[in-house]
Amino acid sequence: MEIRDLYRDVILDHNRNPRNFGVLAPPARRATGHNPLCGDRLEVYVTVADDRVTDLRFEGKGCAISVASASLMTEAVRGKSTAEVEALYTRVHALLTEQEAPTDPSLGKLAALSGVREFPARVKCASLCWHTLNAALASDATKPITTE
Amino acid sequence: MNTAVSVPTDRLPLDVERIRADFPILSTKVHGKPLAYLDNGASSQRPRAVLDAERYYAEHLHANVHRGVHHLSQVATDAYEGAREKVRHFLNARSTKEIVFVRGTTEAINLVAQSFAVPNLKAGDEIIVSRLEHHANIVPWQLACERTGAKLVVAPISQAGELEIEAYAALFSARTRLVALSHVSNALGSVLPVRECIDIAHRHGVPVLIDGAQAVPHIPVDVQALGCDFYAFSGHKLYGPTGIGILYAREALLAAMPPWQGGGDMILSVSFEGTTYNELPFRFEAGTPNIAGAVGLGAAIDYVTSLGLPRIAAWEHELLLHATEELSAIDGLRIVGTAADKASLVSFVVDGVHPHDLGTILDQEGIAIRTGHHCAMPVMDFFGLPATARASFSFYNTRDEISRLAAAVVDACRLLR
Ligand SMILES: Cc1ncc(COP(=O)(O)O)c(C=O)c1O
Repeated sequence: MEIRDLYRDVILDHNRNPRNFGVLAPPARRATGHNPLCGDRLEVYVTVADDRVTDLRFEGKGCAISVASASLMTEAVRGKSTAEVEALYTRVHALLTEQEAPTDPSLGKLAALSGVREFPARVKCASLCWHTLNAALASDATKPITTE
Repeated sequence: MNTAVSVPTDRLPLDVERIRADFPILSTKVHGKPLAYLDNGASSQRPRAVLDAERYYAEHLHANVHRGVHHLSQVATDAYEGAREKVRHFLNARSTKEIVFVRGTTEAINLVAQSFAVPNLKAGDEIIVSRLEHHANIVPWQLACERTGAKLVVAPISQAGELEIEAYAALFSARTRLVALSHVSNALGSVLPVRECIDIAHRHGVPVLIDGAQAVPHIPVDVQALGCDFYAFSGHKLYGPTGIGILYAREALLAAMPPWQGGGDMILSVSFEGTTYNELPFRFEAGTPNIAGAVGLGAAIDYVTSLGLPRIAAWEHELLLHATEELSAIDGLRIVGTAADKASLVSFVVDGVHPHDLGTILDQEGIAIRTGHHCAMPVMDFFGLPATARASFSFYNTRDEISRLAAAVVDACRLLR
């Protein structure tokens, strides 16, 4: 296990230059995610039309893993139906946590997160944005999401 | 039994290499690199003298205390009460009646909150704490306030992380019932002027609790000279075991406090008509205590005393200066907490490098530091930071370990920026 297994070039790039960073005005749905362990806080904004994610943005402060993961997520999810988002999340979750699983080729750039599973303390950093997106989609924005 | 290292005079500097050999865990490799343990503020490591004392107790002395007439119960009681006497001497308390064994600082503060604060507080009364307290010195008072309608009043700190002493003095009112302050801040390292704070409180007739968790490993503490009413600390930050800690409480206060937990050992007689409580300090030690932990703490105090706190402080101060110099030289690194009087720890943030990433990257180099809010969220809020990285030093740390820390921080900047 090498540090560069975690911090791959794709991760470093998305951390330095996060894609889709910003806010969407209502009626976009919105949720806040919080990881109390490291103080990370993410806002995810998502617009859904005909059950499809037409636009999304995220904003917040966090470690490189959480920022890159959120940035990669926004690219991967745009245009997908809510059912497809859910299915994708299941595959990302397996990528982050299942030690032996071969990397699913359909994950595309998200596969750059596969090093996270070697660093169990960091899994929550990578999954925070997904929990937050799910909450935004469920529009249960009244409660902040926490990974603790 | 193993004894602590013997260094000929208390003037000589510490022989750090020899001391390191007393700590088995320091030769551990982490990810193939030698461990540099710089998380002593969270918990320190135990020397062989402590490990041996715990083991010797288990192999030769163990039975329940204060109960049996049989031999082992006597020797276990002697070992346990012997540890209490060591703590009394370490703090220069007047009497062992003032030394209560608890689980740690957290439990000590909760005991005072429940058994001293709650019965004495009325709606509208005030407890003064400072902005830089650990959650353990905030939440128990909030619970007491919830039960009584009292409120917390917060003494401010400066940008350097020092207590604003004049503002503190101005907080006292006719409703102030208690002051609870850290001796040393775990998040910033600031040493508070507790003697002065206690004098001010006493002029208003207000008792003071000092959270000494971060102080006792670095600073000689004399509770009589300080004049504090309560002093709390944990064994595991003083090179002793986890699960054991101390509440020092002035006898007159302790004698007037109701018990906070009921059970065996804290009573003289029980009948269904009524129960007579035991004398001090046993009234506050319900149930079978952590006897081995107390024995280990006694051994840790012997070990620290044999090295000498003034010599420990001198070496740790050198480490602090070295770390401050090496880290400040790093582009974009800012040290959080720059009090003039500071214990041996450095909290810092680095532009473009989140503390959590830094923690992982340093760990790969075998360097253990703490990252996060350090259980002191109000002080993090004050500096507008969700988290910092914190390296906290012990007498067994070396200049070389600090240089490795600085070099790894530079590598992390190269990687992430
Ligand atoms: C200043 C301070 N107070 C209280 C505590 C709580 O100590 P413990 O967890 O041993 O009860 C700590 C430990 O982190 C501390 O640093």
